[in-house]
Amino acid sequence: MLSYEFMQRALLAALATGLTAPAIGTYLVQKRLGLLGDGIGHIALTGVALGLLTGWAPLVTAIVVSVAGAAAIETLRLRGRTSGDVALALFFYGGIAGGVLLTGIAGSSAATLNRYLFGSITTVSDSDLLLVSGLAAVVLAVSVGLAPQFFAVCQDEEHARVSGLPVAVYSVLIAVLAAITVTVAMRTVGLLLVSALMVVPVATAQQVTRSFRATLSLAMALGVLASLSGVWASFQADTAPGPTIVLLALAGFAVAAPLGGMLRRHRRVRAPFDDSGTVEPHEHEVDHPHQHGPGCGHRAVVHGDHVDYVHDGHRHVPHEGHYDEH
Amino acid sequence: MRVRNLTVALGGRPVIRRVDLTVRPGELVTVLGGNGSGKSTLVRAALGLVPATSGRVELLGTPLHRFRDWVRIGYVPQRSTAASGVPATVREVVAAGRLAGRGLLRPLRRRDRAAIDAALVAVDLADRHRDPVAELSGGQQQRVLVARSLVSDPDLLVLDEPLAGVDLAHQDTLSALLAEQTARGVALVLVAHELGPLARHVDRAVVLVDGRVAFDGTPDEEATAFGHDHVHHHVAGPGDAVPGIPHPLPATRPGTPR
Repeated sequence: MLSYEFMQRALLAALATGLTAPAIGTYLVQKRLGLLGDGIGHIALTGVALGLLTGWAPLVTAIVVSVAGAAAIETLRLRGRTSGDVALALFFYGGIAGGVLLTGIAGSSAATLNRYLFGSITTVSDSDLLLVSGLAAVVLAVSVGLAPQFFAVCQDEEHARVSGLPVAVYSVLIAVLAAITVTVAMRTVGLLLVSALMVVPVATAQQVTRSFRATLSLAMALGVLASLSGVWASFQADTAPGPTIVLLALAGFAVAAPLGGMLRRHRRVRAPFDDSGTVEPHEHEVDHPHQHGPGCGHRAVVHGDHVDYVHDGHRHVPHEGHYDEH
Repeated sequence: MRVRNLTVALGGRPVIRRVDLTVRPGELVTVLGGNGSGKSTLVRAALGLVPATSGRVELLGTPLHRFRDWVRIGYVPQRSTAASGVPATVREVVAAGRLAGRGLLRPLRRRDRAAIDAALVAVDLADRHRDPVAELSGGQQQRVLVARSLVSDPDLLVLDEPLAGVDLAHQDTLSALLAEQTARGVALVLVAHELGPLARHVDRAVVLVDGRVAFDGTPDEEATAFGHDHVHHHVAGPGDAVPGIPHPLPATRPGTPR
C-alpha cells in the first residue's frame, strides 16, 4: 500500500487532519459551539463553488470565504445581537444555498461537488499536500501554544475579560483556526463530515479523562488513529475514505462510552469516605457471622483513621467483637 | 474603586441610574438588593463588562478606559456552575486566575504553582485539586471560583454572589477568608442577596432599589432602615383570607402543646 505515491500523500493528509481537527475542536466543544465546524463547512462550500466558477484553486477560495464567514459568525455572536446557534444557522444555510447556486452557474457536475462534500483523499496532489501541511502546522502551533489563553476564554468569557485578555481577538482567532482546519480536512473527510472529526474524538476522549490537558492530548491521538486506520481500511476494503474515517471514530466512541461509565463507577466506589461529617454513634450489628479482613471479598474503603467494609449497601467497621454500621 | 454618577442602559432601558459608589482599600462593601435591582449590572459596568451610558469609573486610581493592570483585580462572576463542555480539573480552573500576569507562551513558574496551592488550601479544596470541577457540588464549584479570584493576589476583589449554594460551615470559612483580605488592605465589593455570617465583617452596605441607591451606610443602620420595611398583616377578617387556607387560622403555633 505504501508503495503507491497517492497513498503516501493520502496518509500524510490524513495525519494533518487527524491532528488539527480535534485540537481546535476541543475548544469549540468547551465553548459549547461544537457545530461551528459544521457551519463553517457549509460556508466553505460557497468558497469551493466560487473557485469552480472563476477557475481559481477551490482550496484557496474555500479558505478565504470560510475564514471570512467564521470571523463574521463570531463577531455577530460577540456583539450579542444573536445567540451562537442562531448566528450559526444563518451562515449555515446561506453557505449551502450559495454553494449549490454558484456550482450550477459554473456548470460543474454533482460529481465535482461530491469530491469536496465527502472528500477525495486519493486525488491529493503534491501542491495540495504542501498547502495542507503548512496550514495544519500553523493551526497546531497556535492552538497548543496559546492553550492557557484559549482555555480561559472558552471556560469563562467574563472572567477572561476581567483578566485583561482580548477576548474578542481570541474568539475570532479560534473561529478562524477552525475555518482553516475545515479547509485542511476538506480533501480528507469532506465538508459535510469535517465537523465529526472535530467533535467525535473529543467526545470519546472525555469519557475517560478528567483534565482539560488530557482531553486535548487524547482527542488528538484518537483523531490520528481514526484518520490513519480509516485510510488503511478504505484501501483494503475499497470503501470511500471520508465516511470510513468518521465511522471508525464513532466506533471508538461506542467502545469508550461504556468504558468511561465503568471507570467513573470504579472511582466512586474506591473514594475514601469523608470523615468530618459522620454522625456518631451508630447502630451495631451484633450477630454478623462474617469476619471482615483483607481479601474477605468486601470492598475496603478508607474512612478517616480506619477502614470500612462495604457490605450490601452499608458500611461495616470492626469494633470490640461486633460490627458498627456507618 | 470609584463610581461617579453611573448610568447604564440595557436594550434602551435604564437599569442603573446615577449611582455613586466608593470602595477604599481595606473596606468590605456589599451591594444588596432584590432580583432585577441592578446589583450585578452595577459591578459589571464598573469592570467594563457592560458599557456605561454615562458617568465615570476609576479602578485603583485609573480611569476605566485607560486601566490595564488587570492582574490586580480578582473577579467572581455570577455563575451556577464552574464547568464547561470539556472536563477541567479544579487546579486547571484556578490556574486561569494567574493568566493576567503571565504573558504569552510562558509556562507556569514555581511562584504560580505556590499561589495556586495556597488559594486551594484557603477555600478548603486542596484534596480535590485533581478532580473535574463538574463532579463537585454547586457550593464547592463556587469555592473554586473564589480561589481563582484570589490566586493573582489582587488589590481589588469583586465577587458576585460568591456564597450562593455554599453550606453554612464554608460560608463561615469564606467570610473569614474575605475578612482576612480586607485586613491586608484589599478593597472588596460583594454582591449578595443576604449576608449570613458575612454580616459582622461588612463595613458598608449599599442597597439598590430599581437601579438607584436607596441606602448607603453601616449594616446596622441598614437593618433599621430596611429590615422591617414591610408590615406583617394578621388575618383580620374574611376579606383578608388567603384562598385555600382555613379561616380563621388556629390560634396555636406548630409545636405548642395544646
